[in-house]
Amino acid sequence: MSEENKNSSRRDFLQKLGVTGLGAIAASSALLSGCSSEKSEETKKVKLLTQDNKLVEVDSSQLSPVLSDEDKAYLQKKGREGLPGKKFVMVVDLQKCKNARKCMTACQNAHQLHPEQHHINVLEMRNETSGTSYYMPKTCQHCDNPPCVSVCPVDATFKRQDGIVLIDNERCIGCRFCIAACPYSARTFNWREPKDAEIHKNEAYDIELNVPQKKGTVTKCAFSADRLRDGKLPYCVSACPNGVYYFGDANEDLVTNGTTKKTVRLSELLKDNAAFTLMQELGTKPSVYYLPPRT
Amino acid sequence: MIIENQKSISTIENDLLSSVNWSRNFKLWMGLLIVSLIVCLYFYFLQLRDGLSVTGLGDFVSWGLYISNFVFFVAASLIGMLITSVMGLLNIKWITPIARIAEILAIGFAMVAGLIIITDMGRPDRLHHVFMFGRVQSPIVWDIAIVITYVAISLMLYYIPLIPDIALCNKKLIGLSKFQRRIYKVLSFGWADKPEQFELIHKFSKILMVLIIPIAISIHTVTSWLFAMTLRAGWDSSIFGPYFVAGAFVAGCAAIIIAMYVFRTAFNLKDYITDMHFDKMGQLFVLVSLVYVYFNINEIIVPAYKLREGEATHLMSMLTGHNSFMFWLVQIGGLLIPFILLLFNKMRKPLPIMLISIVVLVAAWFKRYLIVVPIQEHPYMPIQNVPEKFMHYSPTTAEIAITVASFILFLIIVSFLAKLFPVIPVWEVKNELGHKNNS
Repeated sequence: MSEENKNSSRRDFLQKLGVTGLGAIAASSALLSGCSSEKSEETKKVKLLTQDNKLVEVDSSQLSPVLSDEDKAYLQKKGREGLPGKKFVMVVDLQKCKNARKCMTACQNAHQLHPEQHHINVLEMRNETSGTSYYMPKTCQHCDNPPCVSVCPVDATFKRQDGIVLIDNERCIGCRFCIAACPYSARTFNWREPKDAEIHKNEAYDIELNVPQKKGTVTKCAFSADRLRDGKLPYCVSACPNGVYYFGDANEDLVTNGTTKKTVRLSELLKDNAAFTLMQELGTKPSVYYLPPRT
Repeated sequence: MIIENQKSISTIENDLLSSVNWSRNFKLWMGLLIVSLIVCLYFYFLQLRDGLSVTGLGDFVSWGLYISNFVFFVAASLIGMLITSVMGLLNIKWITPIARIAEILAIGFAMVAGLIIITDMGRPDRLHHVFMFGRVQSPIVWDIAIVITYVAISLMLYYIPLIPDIALCNKKLIGLSKFQRRIYKVLSFGWADKPEQFELIHKFSKILMVLIIPIAISIHTVTSWLFAMTLRAGWDSSIFGPYFVAGAFVAGCAAIIIAMYVFRTAFNLKDYITDMHFDKMGQLFVLVSLVYVYFNINEIIVPAYKLREGEATHLMSMLTGHNSFMFWLVQIGGLLIPFILLLFNKMRKPLPIMLISIVVLVAAWFKRYLIVVPIQEHPYMPIQNVPEKFMHYSPTTAEIAITVASFILFLIIVSFLAKLFPVIPVWEVKNELGHKNNS
């Protein structure tokens, strides 16, 4: 998984390098042609793949490096809108969790987090009377009535049409009102310089992956919105070795187990196992369901 | 009634204008303040450079000293409204010589409160986002709007009754620098002591006095809503608005009594701010403390009776746990005992009441800390897999220094205003005297 991530960033890098290189060639050839004669305008044509997978031919003199502002605007727009017609849900089977913590590692790698920063945190829930305990992975609950979104003064954190609550760390002013308002303690803050900040300094901000992280801003679980766009399961879900997580679309009423890849009906899974949501009495309407632990 | 021994108008003018100068002592005092401010601001520079990691804050207690201090400053600023407006509209005469002091405090506290909230931001460089992308749903936006409004109206309420005195300063004071004279000239707006001008002042002051009451109540109610609008056990309380406003008057009364004592001593105003004023302020203090005690009982006994899960952990930590020492010290030492003491005449003499006020003001500050911090140490979800530092909050040197900076800045504003203009409304005191002589 992290291997794949590396690959894709390498691919990104190569793409950018290529475009920049072409840009440089174009610029120098333009210079050269300017020197020799004005008529040799028709230079080489270059084949390029557009963002919606169309092969196009462009005059090489027309090439210029990709503007990072445009990149940003594009990433922002798609990140804020979300995937139409979807309503993402997660089901966590507490019986299966053995505290392997692969989900936590996968998440922290993907989102460039320090070890103390958790978008997903496996908590040991102790029962004081019986002396027993069980493990409970806790992500952002992606509430349908999200208290964090209500209190945000600048619309940095927002709810998308597909039910995901995201944070825009280019908008966030770091007031931490959302941290105070979240009853699930789901949010974490970049108190210091983010992990590997130097390395990721020049990357364009991807609102769905929420990287690169920025000092002085809030960060949170994004339900791996970037992976969902590609039709893949979230990082944590596919990293789990124990079949704890189901993930899917409530509109389709189907969820897929990240380990077994078995797809089941959401409503049946919830009904048959007496699923519950965390602190239902608060009225936050979470999108994360829990199947009760064995006690 | 105001002035015990009869004084002529020119003596009053001389007495009250004598403080308007840049004496050696004042320059020393300002120098000291500015040097300490610069030292403290060095820590803010560190915070800007290294982020909020220089504070003791963590993902669980993410609001600490700064927000507690902000609540305290907003609270104390409400005194301006209580004295000038409420008492003024009730036509209570003895407040005349202290009304301007109340306004100076209100301006100082409210202005600095606005800055404190910026020190708490992770990204102060994005402050403009609040104006560009502000959302009306967010209590922070309400708070910013109302703090700005309150500062603006307080400034007007300070400035408008000051106009005749600025003109007087320009007329009577000798040896002013050219620059200062120009300031007086511009700010006095061609004041000529005409009856219709006085009428205008009365009219405008009255409008502002009415306006500022809902705004002052809103400013602190909205501040309380920063907490009450969340789902956290302990903050999720419907009496937070009035509870905060009542507490604000206690802190404000303590602040103004201290200020009265300081100005009376430093500016030699014993004939104007008399024992009677301290006595009356003491009585007002008793009244507001009583209201606050009542709200405290409500705020604690109601949830403590039920001990609902979530609230129970927080309450027990306050009543018997690791916050209990501070809690009981604040409630008993900082509220109950002062309240009982002030019931006695002797305790309302200037020196004792000033000392009591210092205790109350310090306790009021810690009370804000107790409202803001301990609740965050007990979230609904267990705190696990995080460094020890996140479990309990203890402020760092940087945080303390930046908080001290806010007090220094407050003192700078108050001292500067108190020396630039007379702290006691000269024309109003003269008027009072005129009435007395006529009757």
